[in-house]
Amino acid sequence: MPRLERRAKPSRVMMFASPLIAAVMMLITGYILFSVMGKEPIHAFGVFFIKPLTTTYGVGELFLKATPLILIGVGLAIGFRARVFNIGAEGQFVMGAIAAGGVALYFHHLEAVWILPLMMLAGIGGGMAWAAIPAFLRTRFNTNEILVTLMLVYVAQLFLGYLVQGPWRDPEGFNFPQTKMFTDSETMPLLIEGLRTNLGFVIALFLVAVAWFFSFKMFAGFRMEVSGLAPDAARYAGFSEQRNVWFALLISGGLAGFAGMVEVAGPIGQLQPVISPGYGFAAIIVAYVGRLHPIGVLLASLLLSLLYLGGETAQMDLNLPSAITGLFQGILLFYLLAADIFIHYRIKPNPHEARCTITPPPPPSGDMI
Amino acid sequence: MSIEQMILIFASIVAAATPLAFAAFGELVTERAGVLNLGVEGMMLMGAVAGFAVASQSGSLTLGFGAGLLAGLAMSLIFAVLTLHLQTNQVATGLALTLFGAGLSAFIGKSYVGLSLQGLQPISIPYLTDIPLIGRLIFHFDWVVYGSFVLLFGLIWFFKYSRWGLVVRAVGESPVSAHAIGYPVIRIRYLAILFGGAMSGIAGAYLSLAITPMWVEGMTSGRGWIALALVVFATWKPIRVMVGAYLFGGVTILQFYGQGMGVHIPSEILSMLPYLVTIVVLVLISRNPKTILLNQPMSLGQSFYPRT
Amino acid sequence: MNPPISSKFPRLELVGITKAYPSVIANQDVNLIVRPGEIHAVLGENGAGKSTLMKIIYGVTKPDSGSVLWDNREVLIESPAQARKIGIGMVFQHFSLFETLTVAENISLALDSAVSPAKLAQRIKEVSHEYGLPIDPHRLIHSMSVGERQRVEIVRCLLNAPRLLIMDEPTSVLTPQAVLKLFETLRRLASEGCSILYISHKLDEIRTLCDKATILRGGRVTGTAIPSQESHESLAQLMIGRNLPECQMAAKIPAETRLKIQHLNLSTIDPFGVTLKNINLEVRAGEMVGIAGISGNGQKELLAALSGEQPMSKGLTTEICGTPADTLSSSQRRSLGLRFIPEERLGRGAVPSMSLRLNALLTSSEGDGLVKHGLISYPDVRSFAQYVIAQFNVKCGGDGALANSLSGGNLQKFIVGREILLAPKVMIVAQPTWGVDVGAAQLIRQALIDLRNQDVAVLVVSEELEELFMICDRIAVIADGRLSPAVPASQTSVEKIGLWMSGEFNDVHAEEVSHA
Repeated sequence: MPRLERRAKPSRVMMFASPLIAAVMMLITGYILFSVMGKEPIHAFGVFFIKPLTTTYGVGELFLKATPLILIGVGLAIGFRARVFNIGAEGQFVMGAIAAGGVALYFHHLEAVWILPLMMLAGIGGGMAWAAIPAFLRTRFNTNEILVTLMLVYVAQLFLGYLVQGPWRDPEGFNFPQTKMFTDSETMPLLIEGLRTNLGFVIALFLVAVAWFFSFKMFAGFRMEVSGLAPDAARYAGFSEQRNVWFALLISGGLAGFAGMVEVAGPIGQLQPVISPGYGFAAIIVAYVGRLHPIGVLLASLLLSLLYLGGETAQMDLNLPSAITGLFQGILLFYLLAADIFIHYRIKPNPHEARCTITPPPPPSGDMI
Repeated sequence: MSIEQMILIFASIVAAATPLAFAAFGELVTERAGVLNLGVEGMMLMGAVAGFAVASQSGSLTLGFGAGLLAGLAMSLIFAVLTLHLQTNQVATGLALTLFGAGLSAFIGKSYVGLSLQGLQPISIPYLTDIPLIGRLIFHFDWVVYGSFVLLFGLIWFFKYSRWGLVVRAVGESPVSAHAIGYPVIRIRYLAILFGGAMSGIAGAYLSLAITPMWVEGMTSGRGWIALALVVFATWKPIRVMVGAYLFGGVTILQFYGQGMGVHIPSEILSMLPYLVTIVVLVLISRNPKTILLNQPMSLGQSFYPRT
Repeated sequence: MNPPISSKFPRLELVGITKAYPSVIANQDVNLIVRPGEIHAVLGENGAGKSTLMKIIYGVTKPDSGSVLWDNREVLIESPAQARKIGIGMVFQHFSLFETLTVAENISLALDSAVSPAKLAQRIKEVSHEYGLPIDPHRLIHSMSVGERQRVEIVRCLLNAPRLLIMDEPTSVLTPQAVLKLFETLRRLASEGCSILYISHKLDEIRTLCDKATILRGGRVTGTAIPSQESHESLAQLMIGRNLPECQMAAKIPAETRLKIQHLNLSTIDPFGVTLKNINLEVRAGEMVGIAGISGNGQKELLAALSGEQPMSKGLTTEICGTPADTLSSSQRRSLGLRFIPEERLGRGAVPSMSLRLNALLTSSEGDGLVKHGLISYPDVRSFAQYVIAQFNVKCGGDGALANSLSGGNLQKFIVGREILLAPKVMIVAQPTWGVDVGAAQLIRQALIDLRNQDVAVLVVSEELEELFMICDRIAVIADGRLSPAVPASQTSVEKIGLWMSGEFNDVHAEEVSHA
């Protein structure tokens, strides 16, 4: 086995290269996987990763599916930087959709320009409210936010199921568990005729810029980063942990809720029992693969969006289960975590001693020498 | 309610509790060694799909359980290599394991959707099962249920009386000290992680081979996470894990029988119960920070690599 | 060859030991000979490579080259278990004990053969009494004082009947009186034939206790000596290449009270923490007050309370520059002019994976000029970081260097500089020179004295009595959560402070405690 040795300082090159290495490794694994499943690998590869992008419509779909990933991913990245682990964005997404859908159904008879903005606010508010629960429990009762946010995903999904089966079901919908279709003034305007990409994508891009400004130019962003990197230093500096938790959860919850609104007021156009193919979880991968950096999140969202599209075309053209998308997502994250070791370590030039296996020493600490 | 009904309800509580107990016991050992593996859900899903696939191909439930165990083990091996050797963050790696397990199990399981098989049957114990009432109530279960109790007493003995149990606790408290006095911390953590994976695999297989003998995508529906919460709720003590598992088993079963007993609450709302109860018990147990500080393995979640 | 009489051979001999880490050479070509029954000092300042050398002997660390001879036979010590098997025991500076386990459980973990719990408890009692180190085998470690924990470590070694005992900086956790008792135990062990390797940087101790000394500087052996025949100065010369520097401090009449605590009672949520009982303290402008005491006696809790990291309820116990400060957070206290330098540099005083530039920003706030309208002013941050680096002679790769790439001494200089240059009115410093090389320690002490001369109220918490007597106007002692009165340094002695360190002092307001 190769021997690793700690770099004198973390490699900036590897910081940027490791997501690329992970993506390439994922593609290689995909190639092998296709061959193992008896598909002609080059062809399958083309169908999965290239074909979706060969039409204008396909590119539009790429942006459409990237939109919720960008929105959620940007929020999660801010939280993860501060080491607040909101892994229940899927639930906040659903609650945002429910709140926005509620507004849409309540004003269904009206046609007014203010309905859509109101739905946006409701979406953000729904997501925030759902994320406020773990924030409150963590700051008041010291309860682990990982488990609470996750449990609330199931509760939100069941709640949505209850609404569309029961009180909010469209009476003229042939008993399908879904609400009425939203009216035109309740749907996100499309950007270009013929494509499904809507205003949400532009807003998502704008929020990437806002998140970048917040994280790197504002003292508040610095405070959150310190809280994530060294909680004791944050306490010493006087950065409030409570504020940190609240802020991280409200931001990521609000953005996830907004993403839910964009989804139901966009491509779906109504509430259904299932409104997300796991965007909230995929966004966790987006945040990590994007290095918790807003620009990185943008790029990673496009990659994961491609995986969703590829899964769909592979299902149609190759008769492969679309679950392969989830598989690629998981593999990608593993490769990223593994590749990250090269940020702090490098392979020692000549492995001269046979007894040495991988031996990365921990960071040097003064008293050991 | 008739006696038959009560026996039935009790049996379903036991069935619901058993996989939770297995997964939580596994995670308990992992965490006692100082490692937080958030991938229980993913390992259970892999155990469930591997167990079902092998059992329906081979026709042997025993082979199915074996496959479930190995699948969980293999998943935890990935986690162990990443966190112990490549020093990756335990929280991120555990999440990755769950996402990966969800994807891979759905992928493997595609061709098994809609199939079913003859599930695991209770075993009759001569004489004991024939005791009126009590016999059917407590001596009429499958071997995995009895196994969970063997595991319970085994773990109590292990942590309380065995030297290696002491070593695991020591590693979980301070890997630096354990290394300084000469214990192979990495190897011990490997074993603890692999044990956790194997138990999660069995727990998953129990879902797809005993409770509902079929494969459904995402069929664990959060049980892996509930098992994680159970370990906290149990303040890292085996006996309390068992009590907790039965409590949750009861809550899960309540939703099925609630409607039968004429309670008019929509099924979706009743189905929320286990998740809401999980949150409530977590709040209750972590309300006092001292409870957690005193019981949680002190190095939980922290990477360690010996410097040579 | 000499006739094979075992006592003629050294018990332990190191030949040409070299160990390099990517950033530093810890040991280079080190030779060392320890004879049976000899108390042998390994002397060197912080960072000289003493601890690495001991870890090599104990099998924790593997050398890159060189050999270890045990009873004149070359051995390869690959693990601590193997070291114990051949008869080497080690008492670590940072104990390798498990807080939530009992004494007996801790000891059984280090025994290589299984012994029944009852028998083990009996043996622990016997051995600990025999050597004057009484301990109760059933107590939990976290309930014990640091000194008691050291006893557990020593007894743990003794149960393995060692032929070589390594003691790494053992006296930093003991009162001066307890040091004398420890020396008795060590002499007794040596007289029974056990060799002792005694690691220290305290010259006086080595002169009293040790038969021989090997001196390390920068990872190399710079000489050997018979300590009793050397003077303080000549040993210092060998250790750091020059005389130990001394600080210049003129008498000064202090002005108004800047920091005041009255009747502070505080219990922490940390189950292993110390409860503070009726703490009273005043620090005036232009004076330096020292708090002595063995670590783990409430220093951490007192400092957290003073810095504002530990929230307190309202009760008029704290005043900073005349303002009631009980409920103020650490950033609010900082804006009143109170600045604090914590003991832990990496992870608390500085963010390890951030650049010095960003670390310069850590304790700033709106109004310090580095943050304007919530935005970070990078040019100002940068020039401030460079100013700190230049003023305090911080050796680093520029203001972009990561905090964890600096040596302990240089990082401490950076943190001290950052806090001093942000114009404090009250300065609280914990263990200012712990683990710091002599040069940096000198610079830091002088900077604190200068601060006091500029009429800042300075409070120093330190385990090093020598240091406190060097730089303080008044000295108080903290023991078991109680604080002694602060007495002028010129009117007290090491012996008296030492007695106080074991809790033998009368509370200034003892009668009020009973009413509380």
